[in-house]
This record gives sequence, C-alpha cells and structure tokens, in this order.
Amino acid sequence: MSVEAPAATGNMGEPHPRFDARLKVTGGARYASDMPVDNPAYAYLVTSAIARGRIVSINLGEAQNVPGVLHIMTHENTSKDVKDSKLFSDGGFSGTSIIPLQSDKVWHDGQIVAVVVAETYEAAREAGYRVKIEYEAEQPSATFESNGVQVQAAADVKKTHEDPKVGDFDGAFASAEVKVDATYFTPTQHHNPIELFTTTCAWAGDKLTVYEPSQTMYGMKNGIASQLGIEPEQVRVVSNFVGGAFGSKGSLTPRTALTAIAARRVGRPVKLVATRQQGFTIATYRAETKQRVRLGASRDGKLTALSHEGWEVTSRPDNYMVAGTDATTRMYDVANVQSKVSIVHADRNTPGFMRSPPELPYMFGLESAIDELAYALDIDPIELRRKNDTMKEPIKGLPYTSRSVMQCFDEGAKSFGWSKREPKPGSMRDGDWLVGLGCAMSCYPTQMAPSSARVRLSQNGELRVETASHEIGNGAYTVIGQIAAERLGVPYEKVSVVLGDSDYPAAPVSGGSITTASVCNCVAEACDAIRAELGINDPKGDVLAALKSRGRGAIERYAEWTPKGVPDGALAKLYSGQAMPTGGTKDKERIMFAFGAEFIEVRVHQRTREIRVPRIVGAFAAGRIVNPRTARSQLMGGLIWGVSSALHEATEIDKRAARYVNKDLAEYLVPVNADIDQLEVFMIPEEDHEVNPLGIKGIGELGNVGTNAAVANAVYHATGKRIRDLPIRLETLLA
Amino acid sequence: MINFQYSRPGDIADAVRQIAADPRAKFIAGGTNILDLMKYDVERPAHLIDISRLPLTGVEETASGGMRIGALVPNSDLSYHPLIEARYPILASAIRAGASQQLRNMASTGGNLLQRTRCLYFYDVATPCNKRAPGSGCSAIDGINRQNAILGTSDACIATHPSDMCVALAVLEAKVHVAGPAGERVIAFEDFHRLPGKTPERDTNLAPNEIITAIELPARGFAKNYTYIKIRDRHSYAFALVSVAAALELEGKTIKEARLALGGVAHKPWRNKEVEATLNGQPATRESFRSAADALLRDAKGFGHNDFKVELARRAVVRALTQAAQGTPQSQSNKKIV
Ligand SMILES: Cc1cc2nc3c(=O)[nH]c(=O)nc-3n(C[C@H](O)[C@H](O)[C@H](O)COP(=O)(O)OP(=O)(O)OC[C@H]3O[C@@H](n4cnc5c(N)ncnc54)[C@H](O)[C@@H]3O)c2cc1C
Ligand code: SF4
Repeated sequence: MSVEAPAATGNMGEPHPRFDARLKVTGGARYASDMPVDNPAYAYLVTSAIARGRIVSINLGEAQNVPGVLHIMTHENTSKDVKDSKLFSDGGFSGTSIIPLQSDKVWHDGQIVAVVVAETYEAAREAGYRVKIEYEAEQPSATFESNGVQVQAAADVKKTHEDPKVGDFDGAFASAEVKVDATYFTPTQHHNPIELFTTTCAWAGDKLTVYEPSQTMYGMKNGIASQLGIEPEQVRVVSNFVGGAFGSKGSLTPRTALTAIAARRVGRPVKLVATRQQGFTIATYRAETKQRVRLGASRDGKLTALSHEGWEVTSRPDNYMVAGTDATTRMYDVANVQSKVSIVHADRNTPGFMRSPPELPYMFGLESAIDELAYALDIDPIELRRKNDTMKEPIKGLPYTSRSVMQCFDEGAKSFGWSKREPKPGSMRDGDWLVGLGCAMSCYPTQMAPSSARVRLSQNGELRVETASHEIGNGAYTVIGQIAAERLGVPYEKVSVVLGDSDYPAAPVSGGSITTASVCNCVAEACDAIRAELGINDPKGDVLAALKSRGRGAIERYAEWTPKGVPDGALAKLYSGQAMPTGGTKDKERIMFAFGAEFIEVRVHQRTREIRVPRIVGAFAAGRIVNPRTARSQLMGGLIWGVSSALHEATEIDKRAARYVNKDLAEYLVPVNADIDQLEVFMIPEEDHEVNPLGIKGIGELGNVGTNAAVANAVYHATGKRIRDLPIRLETLLA
Repeated sequence: MINFQYSRPGDIADAVRQIAADPRAKFIAGGTNILDLMKYDVERPAHLIDISRLPLTGVEETASGGMRIGALVPNSDLSYHPLIEARYPILASAIRAGASQQLRNMASTGGNLLQRTRCLYFYDVATPCNKRAPGSGCSAIDGINRQNAILGTSDACIATHPSDMCVALAVLEAKVHVAGPAGERVIAFEDFHRLPGKTPERDTNLAPNEIITAIELPARGFAKNYTYIKIRDRHSYAFALVSVAAALELEGKTIKEARLALGGVAHKPWRNKEVEATLNGQPATRESFRSAADALLRDAKGFGHNDFKVELARRAVVRALTQAAQGTPQSQSNKKIV
C-alpha cells in the first residue's frame, strides 16, 4: 500500500521524503554494531538468576574451557575499574546507580554478574551458560503490595519536585454536585527497539572510540569518560543511525564501561550485542503506576475539584520518577487542585524514560476519569472538555503560548463521525460485534535545549550541516537539512547533514521531543549568520550568487543557540554533556504544550470478547510542522503505540522471584500489521511565535499520549465495562 | 550455543541410522524451534542431523481417497496447496492462523508436530521446570500461567501444545507415518501427543530414534461445514489462548457427525469423542452446542491467571460450532471484522 504524502498547509514545510529512507530499506544504513573494527573479540553478558541477595561463589572452570574464551570479568576481578557515576536525573549521565561487577551484591533480577569475552559470539555465549554462580538469595519485593517495598513521597526525596496544588480541593470535592473517584493502573513496559542494546569499543592508545546506539553523543562521551576515569577528550562516540530508542538509549547503561574495560584487557576491539532478553534488565523501562483520580463538577459540567495521586515503582537505590501530575493538573480550567506523587522502592532494575514518560501513564488516569465524569453528568465527553477548556493553566495562572485542543477535537470528530455515536454503552452493534467509540486528549510539553551546529556553504552550491544530534527515526537528517535549505534558498537535494558523532558540535540529548525545535533553531541561526556576512538580508536574495561574486570558495558559520530562560553557562554545560531543557511547565511566565485529540473505534465480540480496533483518528496541533510527511509518521507511530499500550503491551513479573518472564517479541506483544486497520492523522496548522523563533513544538511523543484512555473509553462505550487496569485483555470483559 | 556436529543424511535409512547411533543427536528441519531452544540453552544436541533436503516434500492423493503429506512440506506450501484448500480447508485455515508468513515458510509439517511448549518457564533455564529438567519442579503451577493448560494437566506440568495445525489434524483424524530402526509404523493422531502425567519431558510417543516421514489424511475433509477459530491477544503472530477446530456433517438442520478439537488448553489437541457423540442426531442449534461445550469443559480447571480459559473455551466452542453449521468459517487473513 502506498499513501500520498500529506500536503503542506498553512505554515508547514515541504513533505520531503526521508533522507535516509532508501538507505534503511536497502540495508545501506550502518548502525553502531555494523561499524567495521579490526579483529574484534565478542562479549556475552551473564545475568543474575536472583533478584536480591549476594553471590557466594563463581566457578569459571567449565566456562574457561570453552575453546576461544579470552577473558571473563566478574566482581572478583573488576570491582575497582568502574569509577562511580551520577544518575542522569541528578545531573549525571547514568540511567542507574547500580553498577554491576562492583561487589557481590545483587540488586535486581537479570543484573550483569559476568562478562565473557571470546573469539566468537557463539563461544562467548556458550561459556556464558557454563559460568556457575552460587547465590545466597533473599526474598525480593517485586512491585506494589509486595512485602518489603518502601514508599516515599516524591517531595521528600527530590528537592526540585513540586506537587502542584491550588485552592481548596477537599472543600470543593466535598461539596461537588457530581463526583468521580477512581483508581487506575498502568503496567510495566519495555521499549524493545528493534535494534538491540549493542556496544563496540576500540582503543587506540589511550583514545577510545565507542560505537553505540545513543540518543546522547555528548552525554555518552562525558559519561563514559567519568566512569572510566579518563578525560572526555579521549573519547569519541559514533552512532550515525539509531534503530529505535524511545528513551532507552538516552542515558548511560553499565554495559558501555564494561565493554570498554574488556577491550582494554584483551587488547583489541570488543563487540557486545546483548540479547533481547537481557535488554529487559540491563537497560531501563517504564515502571508500573497506580493512580487515584478524583474529580468534582457542578451539574452543568464545570470542573470544581481535581486531585491526582500517583505511585510509581523504582529500584532500591534510585529515586527515579516521572511525576505526570506536572501536566495533568494543568490541562483543564479548575479552581481547586491537589496532587501527590510517591515512589515505591522494590528489588527491580531502575526504570527510565520511555516515550512520553510522564504523560502516557498519567493522562490515562486523567482522560479516563474525564470520560467517567461525562457519563456521570450525561454530557458528551467532547462538550465536557470544551466547557473546561482554558487558555491559562490553573496552578499559577500562566497563559498558554497557544492551545488548539478544541480545534483538534472538532476536526477529528468531523472526520471520525462522532455525531453518529449513540452515547449509551452497548447501544451500537454490527452483527456479532459490539461497537464502541471513544476519545481522549493528547498533550506534550514543548521543550527546547541549547544546541550548537556548523553550516558550510560552498560555491558549487553544496550545503553541509554538522551537529552531534541523533537520527533515532525522528527524521532528524531530513528536517535539519530542510531548514538549512529553506533558510539559504538552496535546493534540498544539495544539502548534506551529518549527525551522530561526538566530533561534531554538541547537540542536546534527543529526548523530551526537543531535537527538531532545538537543532533547527540553531541551524537557522547559523544560516542567518552566513546571510548577514554576505549582506543578503532579503530572504529571497541569492546567497550563492553573493558568495561567488565575492570570489569566495566557501563560507562556514558555527552557531550556538539558547532558548529563552536558560541560565548562563548553558552552552558550556551542553559540551560537558548536560542538556538543560526549558519550556513546557518550566518557564516562569508562560506554559507551552502541543495538543491533540484522539478517536478510537473498537469492536468487541459479543461472545468471545476479542477486541479489535478498526479505526483510529488523531488530530494534532503542534506549532510549525517542518515536514508533514515525517511528522505524520511520528504521529502515526505514536497512535499505534498508544493502541499497544492499551491492548497489548505489558511486561509480566513473576512476583515470587521479581523476575520478568515474557522477555521476547513473541511473548511481549506489540501490535502487528493485522491489528491496525484504518488510521488517519490530521495536522492542524498552528502558529506560535512565542515558543521559539521558528515556532516549532515537538511532536515525537505527542502521538501516543491519551490513546490508551481513548481505547478504554471506547471499550466502555461498547460494553458498559470500565477497565481501569491496562492492558485491556479479553478476560476482563468475559465476566 | 554448544559446538555440535552437523551432518546431512543421504536418505531416510541413513537419517534413522544416524539418529539411532547417537542419543545426543537431534534432527533439524525448518529450524524455527530447535535453533531457538539451542540459543536459550534448553536443547543441547551434540549432533544436528539436517533432514531438510530429504525427499519428503510430496503432497499426493492416496488410493483410499485421502492425501499423504511429506514431513518436509513447508507449512505455507501445504496451506496453499489447491487440493488441501479444496478438500481440507480446515487444515489450510489452521496453518494460516499460526505464527507468521516467514515462520510458516520455514516450518515443516513434521517439525510442527514436534514443536515444544511455549510455557514461559520452559524457555528460562534459571527457573525450575519438570519438562526441561525432570524433577526440578513446575514454576507455572503457582506462577504466571495465563497461557497454560486447563485440561488433562498433572501435578508435574500444566503446559500446552502450541500448534494450530495439529488441532485441525486431530479433527481430521490424521495418521502419522514414522520410520525407525525396526522399520515403519503408523501412529493414530490421537495417540501421537501425550498428556504430561509424571513424565512431562516426553511430549509425544515418537521414539527418540524415529523420524516422521509423512502425515496421512483420511478421505473425509468436512469441507462444507467447518471452522477454525483462534482466540488470541493480537490478530496475528500470537499463540492461541484458546482455539477450536469444529467440523460437522449435517443432514438438513440435523447433526450427523460432529468433531471438535481444542487448542491452547492441553498438552495435546483436546478431543472428547463421547461429548462429540452426544451431538449426533441433535438439531444444529445453539442449545445443542452449548450443552456440548459444557460437557467438554466439565472437568476443566484453571490455575489462576488462566481461569478465564474455561469460560472462553466454552464460548469459543459454541461460536465455532455455530459458524461451522452456518458454513461461515473464520477468515485468517481479513483484517475486517468477521
Ligand atoms: C515466534 C514464533 C511464533 C510461533 N507461532 C506459532 C503459532 O501461532 N502457531 C503454531 O502452530 N506454531 C507457531 N510457531 C511454531 C512453528 O510452527 C514451529 O516452530 C514449526 O512448526 C516447527 O517446524 P520446523 O520444521 O521449523 O521444526 P524444527 O525446529 O526444525 O524442529 C522441531 C523439532 O522437531 C524435530 N523434527 C523436525 N522434523 C522432524 C521429523 N521429520 N522427524 C522427527 N523429528 C523431527 C526436531 O528434531 C526438533 O526437535 C511459532 C514459532 C515461533 C518461533
Ligand atoms: S508447566 Fe510444564 S513446561 Fe511449564 S514450568 Fe511447569 S513443568 Fe515446565
């Protein structure tokens, strides 16, 4: 099936095809583990069979006898090699403070307990299986409700955490005419990018090159240097393409330092490709949440009270949290708000960012509760949202720079055929199938971070852009090139963009949907500097002609861009690996978000209760869309992933052992082609001159927010059953 | 993955000779299951005997009006074979409900019968599992057992046989042709797979030194009133929570013969001929189907996460028999709702 590129309307850019599309489908794109290195050895990780306790003994006899084994690292010979590293959330680079092989302690199931290095991958794996480890196991705590978990208020453990509140929630809720009080659950999820967690390390003297798929070239460069106790200048990180990351490659995992140490010890490059199963425990994940939402409203549908409380699982030592109440308390016009986030320490690996880390779980709670309220009030759920729509957030009264959420609802509703919906649950049918229509709001904070880039225009018309940003499937190559071409009036075909190499100017971590807004604004600034130097201030003026007429061979400009509100010294920080994003709810004078409205049709078999999704419609407004084609892909992928988070995805935990059990793509379900039928994405033109000079809001994470609630709301409409615990599986509808 | 020997036998006799000579040898056909198991350290064969080039790829009519399918016919080829599609559509449909196109292209007919359970703990060598390590215990009984069995279980093991194809073969009453050192023999399909009992490490009654050469289908294909319904968490590429192969012979609105097999619920495709017999002579109505479903699942028992399968199987049986009676079999390819 082929689909036309979406037309550029309003202030949108051209729908250029992806620069790397052909490379990717023909196998021409080289990913980190494809990079050739000389005479590599291969590493295989051995991971713990218990979740809590200590290693009593390690017997390497059998493993060392496997032909081809070069070296085996355990805590007995590696405990001093990794210098401590700070957590990403504390201004460091690491996604976990648990650095394996430092002692005999086991913090979580699947922790790295040995690394085997051998002549071949097969020999390393075989030896890995032959490493015999004796443990002294203690009863682990797996998750909420398990014995031995430790609950802490977020405000008590993190200085910068705020639990947004305003007015008098208790009073307003007590006297509200109509109330909703419900508890919701979202499951553990793992990113499962198709590209596995790989690391290749090659030393040349005291210089280290790391080939690793990463969302943070400079974070990695500085982080690995601090873990190994060397200077950042000694480290180069290369990753020209990333085969999916979704947050999992945004902070340092312990495997990188271990691979570098292994390479130093065996005196040759070492390649590590962790298995799919190991990816569940050697990197991060989206932790399960529990949320209580209370809404109070007047009979006519005006919200008067909102309370959102969340509990999130984290590891024993780390205080990781997503705290989505930061967003959910600001979505509607309501005078009395309270919120609280708590973390629950269990014997698990440390969770981390996963696409829309706070919004995906927390908007499920809010947008399900809004639907419940609409039924309690007998008001159409879109009208309820309209009634409580606002142009300023209620906590501090800050104005939204732009907010087109109702336009999204109206456009989406029209295309979806919302007006044909019979509101009563269970009232729509097609043969043996119960039909349900549901909707929900999507949102994502608009954030930007300081960036730097170099742009060079040659007299033969070639334009080159260099920046250490990342192509993680977000279309970075394409949109960055496009902005440069547009700004200098050069054909897009003449632009080359190089990314994914820490030898280029620093760019921020590609997380929080900041890449397009941050890097494109910076590239535009460099282009403007070129124009200024050539004296071509008219945007239609011919830059190339000016270059030639001055007899110049090429002109090159390096630019550093800082968004408004970033503290001094941010660029120096960027070069030492820190992103310093601003925007969203961080700005002191205004609030910046992109919005969307998502519509889902479900069908539930009246007898056997399978759930199908024949139709998905999403309408989004996110400032200037640089490229409607790549933007649509992002939003489409988001919507599909949203359906996944509603119906398919969950990591199962054997609570007795705090062990994940469905650790492969046959058992960890995501939708396949057959699960997704009609899907429409609308992009509503929106101009916002306040967010940043180019008016760009991030869209990378917008698409999968709210979809889970839209599906659950549709399932309620089809069946009359309110499912508050994801994923929705047919057994909950059988009873 | 251990170092193993690899050999390619010249003919069936050679294959049998090789497997009989080495108790640690294993056949490899499509490799879609055995290779995964080796990578997970579940299977550790010292010798892989690659039978994939043996001439067992024919799909032929037999003298008695049935068909004989070579053990190496790929699942895809079999499901799109014109005679299979025309005469045994329930088999074609069941095969297409399984795995993915890529896997079906590689998977062989014989290998499909011998694929091992998908019990989560069977694949995780860090956990106890009686099937993988006899005597170590069963992690699933008190663990995550949503996919496990509800019928014919034992204290030692509650695993299911995951095949879709085999559920149809059970209904069709296929025969399994095998060859061993003592010559050839034929095993009735119902006798091929075992219940776990005290020896869950044995999935089937095939001897370790025997090779499957062919599957024989009897003449009756129930091409008019049949369906294969597979209920799963996603629309493709997922193992069955419950599947039902239903085949009916009708005389007007009366049932002359009913056959019914369930997948995803037991250590083997589950049939109960006594229950099937109660349908004979009955009107093809929901009431008849419901009482058969109730009888079929009377002794079913869940283990926690899979409790729902009992009710789901009941409903799936009624739905399958209804669709079979109406001649509206389930599509395995249409995304639209059917
Ligand atoms: C991700 C995934 C999803 C799947 N989903 C489904 C599904 O939904 N439904 C379904 O039915 N199946 C499913 N399958 C299983 C698939 O159908 C089987 O793996 C396949 O049928 C096995 O056939 P093979 O030829 O590849 O066997 P192999 O892996 O080659 O062999 C399997 C076993 O059979 C033995 N063997 C093979 N041929 C013979 C013979 N002629 N005689 C004696 N022994 C023999 C081998 O020694 C080995 O022990 C799935 C598999 C995977 C990996
Ligand atoms: S059910 Fe069977 S296969 Fe699963 S853990 Fe128990 S013994 Fe092993």
